[in-house]
Amino acid sequence: MHIALKGVVGATMLTLSMTAAVPEAHAVADEQFIPLATYRVGAYASSGIPVWAGMIDYLRYINEVEGGINGVKLVWQECETEWTAEKGIECYERFKNGLDGAPVALYHPNGAPAAYALSDRAAADRIPLITLGYGRTEATDGSVFPYNFPVMLTFYSEASAVINYIAQREGGFDKLKSKKIATVYHDSAYGRETQGPLGLLAEKYGFENIQIPVADPGNEQSAQWRQVRQSKPDWVFLRTWGVSTPVAIKTAARFGFPVDRIIGDIWASSDEDVLPTGDAGKGYLALTPYPGGADFEIHERIRTHILDKGKSDLKDPKSFGSVYYNSGLVNAAIAVEAIRAGQKKFGNRPLTGDEGRWGLEHLDLGEARLREIGFLGLLQPLKLSCSDHEGGGAAKVQQWDGARWNLITDWVHADRATLRPLIDAKSAAYASEKGIQPRDCSTEG
Amino acid sequence: MSLHTYTLPAPFDNAPVHLVGSRAPWPLLVLLMIAFGVVPLLGSDYWLNAILIPFLVLSLAGLGLNLLTGYTGQTSVGSAGFMAVGAFATYNLLLRVPVLPLPVALILGGLFAAAVGWVVGIPSSRIKGFYLMVTTLAAQFFLEWIFSKFPWFYNNASSGTISAPNLVLFGHDLNTPTHRYLFTLSVVTLLTWVAVNLVKSQIGRNWMAIRDMDTAAAVIGIPVDRYKRQAFTVSSFYLGIAGALWAFFYLGTASASSFDINRSFQILFIIIIGGMGSIAGNFIGAAFISLLPILLSFAGQVLLGGAIDTGQIQNLQKIIFGTLIIWFLIKEPDGLVRLILNLRERLSVWPLRF
Amino acid sequence: MTFFIETLIGGLLAGTMYSLVAIGFVLIYKASGVFNFAQGAMLLFAALTFVSLREQGVPFAAALVLTVVVIAIGALAIERWILRPLVNRSQITLFMATLGLSFIVEGLAQGLMGAEVRALDLGIQDTPVMFGDIMVSHFDLVAAATATVLVTVLALLFNKTRVGVSLRAVADDTRAALSIGINLNRIWQIVWAVAGSVGLVAGLLWGARQGVQFSLSLVVLKALPVLIIGGFTSIGGAIVGGLIVGAAENLAEVYIGPFIGGGITPWFAYFIALAFLYVRPAGLFGERAIERV
Repeated sequence: MHIALKGVVGATMLTLSMTAAVPEAHAVADEQFIPLATYRVGAYASSGIPVWAGMIDYLRYINEVEGGINGVKLVWQECETEWTAEKGIECYERFKNGLDGAPVALYHPNGAPAAYALSDRAAADRIPLITLGYGRTEATDGSVFPYNFPVMLTFYSEASAVINYIAQREGGFDKLKSKKIATVYHDSAYGRETQGPLGLLAEKYGFENIQIPVADPGNEQSAQWRQVRQSKPDWVFLRTWGVSTPVAIKTAARFGFPVDRIIGDIWASSDEDVLPTGDAGKGYLALTPYPGGADFEIHERIRTHILDKGKSDLKDPKSFGSVYYNSGLVNAAIAVEAIRAGQKKFGNRPLTGDEGRWGLEHLDLGEARLREIGFLGLLQPLKLSCSDHEGGGAAKVQQWDGARWNLITDWVHADRATLRPLIDAKSAAYASEKGIQPRDCSTEG
Repeated sequence: MSLHTYTLPAPFDNAPVHLVGSRAPWPLLVLLMIAFGVVPLLGSDYWLNAILIPFLVLSLAGLGLNLLTGYTGQTSVGSAGFMAVGAFATYNLLLRVPVLPLPVALILGGLFAAAVGWVVGIPSSRIKGFYLMVTTLAAQFFLEWIFSKFPWFYNNASSGTISAPNLVLFGHDLNTPTHRYLFTLSVVTLLTWVAVNLVKSQIGRNWMAIRDMDTAAAVIGIPVDRYKRQAFTVSSFYLGIAGALWAFFYLGTASASSFDINRSFQILFIIIIGGMGSIAGNFIGAAFISLLPILLSFAGQVLLGGAIDTGQIQNLQKIIFGTLIIWFLIKEPDGLVRLILNLRERLSVWPLRF
Repeated sequence: MTFFIETLIGGLLAGTMYSLVAIGFVLIYKASGVFNFAQGAMLLFAALTFVSLREQGVPFAAALVLTVVVIAIGALAIERWILRPLVNRSQITLFMATLGLSFIVEGLAQGLMGAEVRALDLGIQDTPVMFGDIMVSHFDLVAAATATVLVTVLALLFNKTRVGVSLRAVADDTRAALSIGINLNRIWQIVWAVAGSVGLVAGLLWGARQGVQFSLSLVVLKALPVLIIGGFTSIGGAIVGGLIVGAAENLAEVYIGPFIGGGITPWFAYFIALAFLYVRPAGLFGERAIERV
């Protein structure tokens, strides 16, 4: 036993020295470090791979075509998280102090478990987290969550946007009365997040709110869709993730539920979700803050400068313009624009986490600016502030025609004012549980 | 290790004295001194937060499982479920009974896990081998479901997560990496010391008798059912504490999915690779399992640069990992700990050989 | 009442999909005493190989044959490098070796063929069929028919061929089988190849439903309770177990789920399995082990 422990000493020393000897990739202090916590293996890799391609392609485009952000070159490095909290933390700790002097201005946790686990750490380290389309909804309240940015569309706004879209289709909010809307959701924190807002909206508009959970991983859903068939809802709001989405669409077809009455949410709205469904998915609707399509201006630019020159990170060019690829572009663009906003105050140099946060809170992407950077139509007008870390709150509805997504609406806006009290109550509860003194947003410059 | 021979029955004063450990365990003491004294001074945040704390907690979890699997021979793939019980119980105790000091809440959390372990251990009187393993799997899924389904357990947080309460020990704030590391280290050291003595005691020897052949153990008069349940209970206590440490001292925020089936497998791998039925093996196995991926990914970044994409490195890593597991099972079923012992024995007679 | 019957029938049919996965386990366990956790990874690998071949424009039948060849090569390798060195070791050791194997196979599958979702079209319509008031899935019927054919073929293989008889001899008493000159290694190779091919069939049917990607390997977890109920050594048991699990799961989700919050499928099957175990510790059709000191 003791002898064995002696061995442990040796083994520990050996590994310590080995790890210490490993040098890092090259970067210099006048570059901005963009850490990429990615997942390329495991159950969710198929969703992730196009996202990283989109991000990397855009960063490369900024570097090679625009010469960096106001001359500040970007440098990035990947770290595999497998979509878990543990590896997400490891990556964050590895990256948070920058790379050879190139500082971190903002961090994409890329994955709900890591986002929750990093929330407190990032606040302590003063590094802003961008969680586009996931993460804590109550972090919209930047006075309690200064370093969390659930930009563009939280799950609350998503729920509200869906109801608004349904009302639009039914011909007005008064028509929602006596309608049945079933939510088929992934039985996880993510899936349950919309129960609060949907309950509130059901009360407000008088529709019947049916909630049907699908247990992870959701590769067998006949029981759930049999329940759907039994309750005969007018619309199904599909809040699944990963493999549970194609299985849901196929099972719906199997039970004869019309697919064009199913509206997928952000995480059930990608090409990867519908491709395996074949004919069953034709007509499927999905809500997305970053619609699919390769005809936006930015695609033109990236095609010319990156894709056609063989510099793209995409292995399969078919994915160019897919929903997840576009989400990568949008994620990267928000990071780049936030840094640009920060540079206005702090000068054209690499920014630190606190400066990155200032940049995010003063991010203002109007239509004119979106047109300039080529994102008009792909990215909604976005204005963040200290008290509003979400900004947009709109999504487009797209429909799958068996080969590609077609946009069928313009931006559908969420009724954020109605939901804000729910959010404020939650963030206040969090603040009191954690003993946080909310900052005063009226004094923030 | 000893060259003495004993004839049985040996007179009492002739008994193999090293059984009770009369030699001063110098290497161990040096190791502890380094761990308590030097590491907190030299370790960077990255090392403490991302490597050493999870390594310690995983070692403890491995220890818990090893008591059940390595010493008593009952394979369990529900370890993470018991960890979840410990984490959620500790969280709720701290939340709902604020007067409880942290160590008490931790122990009570462990006791809750132990109680659940006792219940899961009940079928072990009738069921053996794989069939028993599947009952632990059932427990794993059931516990995971409970902790994600009933909002009471996570204080109705919409995210379904529990986050570390203010970690305070006798008025000291434990929120810096160094403090969290030291606290974890102390808990692990204490529990390891208990375990070392436990497996040397009558209880431990009964467990091993059951592991080697439970029918035979029953024949010589060991109450097999009771000792199996006891092993489940003690093992779950350890796992429960490990779970609470994992949730609050490492992750900071945890949810039921932090304790999924993959965590159970990871802990099983720790004891396979480290060494079944060995205390030190848990630490070696945990070090191996937490350092190897980091080492490989660093090596991948440095040696191959951009030549191979990160996805392929991850796949390669999986293959290497699987190969190592099989290699260990074939070549050294007693794990890394035996390998190190062999090496030491060989070095002690080097360069001469028998 | 109609709804109850419909749920029951739907559940039974869904259960045949579980049975298909479980049969692969039973074959290997019978012949080599290995509880093969890598069955899920093998299933993924087989389905991925098939889909990749199809994407290269290989015709259906040829792709099927080529995939079976790949599986057979895999079986040879597994026998040579894993089973043979581990002969006579405890069952738990062998089980853990298959855990390692599942890592290798998953890594290989994703490394060689990518982690993207692949669509798999078997040309089977997944549309509802009405029998009076009762709705049944076309696809489920095909799956059930496939399972029936597969079981018949396997039964013929085991009862009418020389290999099959040797296999049963090995399963019955390995040492006796060895002593009358049965080549154990050869039997293992064959059984692993057959189990891999069964995995291919299961993988294709599951893959057609959910797309071929990593999650396919998770269907293993669905097969475990089936095995417990049916016993590790009985193909008939695997079928019956699958039916019981499928039916019980569906009925429970519809009739019990709403009262306790739903989403109970992951563990409910295990609970039924436990209930069965408590009454029959070796499964419904399993052989009771006799222990000697």
